[in-house]
Amino acid sequence: MSDIGQPNQQVFADTLLEIARDHPDILIVTSDSRGSGKLVSFGEQLPDQIVEVGIAEQNLVGVSAGLAAAGKRVFAVSPACFLTIRSLEQIKNDVAYSDRPVRVIGISAGVSYGMLGSTHHSLHDYAALRCINNIDIIAPADNFETRAVLDAIIEYPRPVYVRFGKKPMRHLHAEDTHFEVGKAITIREGTDLTFIAIGEPTARALGAAELLEHEGLSCRVVSMHTLRPFDTDALLDAARNTGAIITVEEHSVYGGLGECCAGILMQQGVHTPLKIVGIPDEYTVTGDQHYIFDHYGISAEGLARTARDLLRVGV
Amino acid sequence: MNTHDLKLKSIAYRKTILEIIHRGGAGHTAGSLSCVDILNVLYNHAMNITPANFQQVDRDHYIQSKGHSVEALYTILADQGFFSQEDLLTQLNQSGTHFVGHPTRKVPGVEHNTGALGHGLSVAVGLALAAKLDDKSYRVFTLLGDGELAEGSSWEAAMTAAHYKLDNLIVIIDRNTLQITGRTEEVNALEPLEEKFKAFGFAVQQVDGNDVAALAKVLDAVPFAAGQPNLVLANTVKGKGVSFMEDVKVWHHKVPSDDQLQTALDELTAAAAMLEAAV
Repeated sequence: MSDIGQPNQQVFADTLLEIARDHPDILIVTSDSRGSGKLVSFGEQLPDQIVEVGIAEQNLVGVSAGLAAAGKRVFAVSPACFLTIRSLEQIKNDVAYSDRPVRVIGISAGVSYGMLGSTHHSLHDYAALRCINNIDIIAPADNFETRAVLDAIIEYPRPVYVRFGKKPMRHLHAEDTHFEVGKAITIREGTDLTFIAIGEPTARALGAAELLEHEGLSCRVVSMHTLRPFDTDALLDAARNTGAIITVEEHSVYGGLGECCAGILMQQGVHTPLKIVGIPDEYTVTGDQHYIFDHYGISAEGLARTARDLLRVGV
Repeated sequence: MNTHDLKLKSIAYRKTILEIIHRGGAGHTAGSLSCVDILNVLYNHAMNITPANFQQVDRDHYIQSKGHSVEALYTILADQGFFSQEDLLTQLNQSGTHFVGHPTRKVPGVEHNTGALGHGLSVAVGLALAAKLDDKSYRVFTLLGDGELAEGSSWEAAMTAAHYKLDNLIVIIDRNTLQITGRTEEVNALEPLEEKFKAFGFAVQQVDGNDVAALAKVLDAVPFAAGQPNLVLANTVKGKGVSFMEDVKVWHHKVPSDDQLQTALDELTAAAAMLEAAV
């Protein structure tokens, strides 16, 4: 098996097509976004299971809530950048508050649309949705997690948001790895420091751990694919049994994984050194996802440097 | 239910609306009075929604997009037996109860949580589209305020309703021409409203939205045209039924005093007596 797999949203589209053949109540609702979502093939093969509403994200979410109220298994698919801000009130009121189990799917999330600029970046979605009650938040890190998330949310009883990116992703897990929504996966054990990562930067955290191993540092890498419900036990275990924590996310450093971890640790009275790595409070530099990640230190080398600084190794 | 009984129901509902708003100390008085005849005809004549069938998908559906007129909705749901009149009288706007000032599914009989405007039509479109996809015969009714139509999301949903030829969708506009700031035409003009909805692909009927017989007749005529969503432009009077509240903008969410409540109830009692005398 090659070390590099497919883009997660390609895996999502292919897997959903196979599942939907056996579940005629599955409906995808799109906002002129089937191309971006790799759903053209789905639309050709299962034309009765895709609903198009045009470029109208508020309507997309409201229509999805109505379809869910009628008993449909609905996937509302739209670029994360628009879906989680333009339709935030619909997500809050029509999905979460009204308790309709819509699967809100943010495609081309984070800085996947890199070069298209900040209008097309979603660096706010974790923060925006974390403070809305009754919607779970998941960002799979690789193809395995993407398939596992999809399997998990087919029968999901609650509203859930899942985001995917466009780049081919490194394989992080064996196929027999246990996956459960809300339960972090330890990809690699370690004692000196833990990288807790969510979504596509997780592979880069693993790369940093591999670099640091050559320097004699033992780093744990945790895939915290679910931001809500949050795996507090995995966080506390890392804080108590390793020397420091670095959180890694494709999101603003405000309001996402890092501040979630900081808030829990502070309130638990656990004062392990912590560094939040994400996109700082600015509109990003121009570049593709890899360039933007590298620029802000979300790279194997950048994260290794942050680890050395945090542990005061070689200072 | 015949026209006479529907008229008596409307008077009784208006009394309850005023009493619960007075007792709860808050509410959207005039909007509830403008749309109560519409809800009366929907629940007592046009729709098949009952406490017994409410958990089924295969029945008519009602989404109240103008959520602030919740007192009219709660009043009618109590009358339909979804919960007791006593619960409504004692719990509306009381801390620790489910009877908040906008519809919530925690109250039996409410289908969707509304209150933020411009949401209901999209949800109704989704419900109606599901019926078309599954070849089911249920219909979806939704009530929108006229001021609410400034929300662009309503027009997004209107486009989709026409695109999918949802002739099982019945959109009713409570066209009372007033919103909290003043006349709709002065705030952000809506007219020509009928032409706008026709241009969006709707089959439109205008009706006196405070005339229960006319409302029943127009709702009996649904679908107005095969393959087109239905728009009932219900011309109403805000505060209808209480002389000093009619078409007076301050009653949007003003709560009647003890004396005002009594005067209003006396007027409505007299109206009911006149109806009975005319039989």
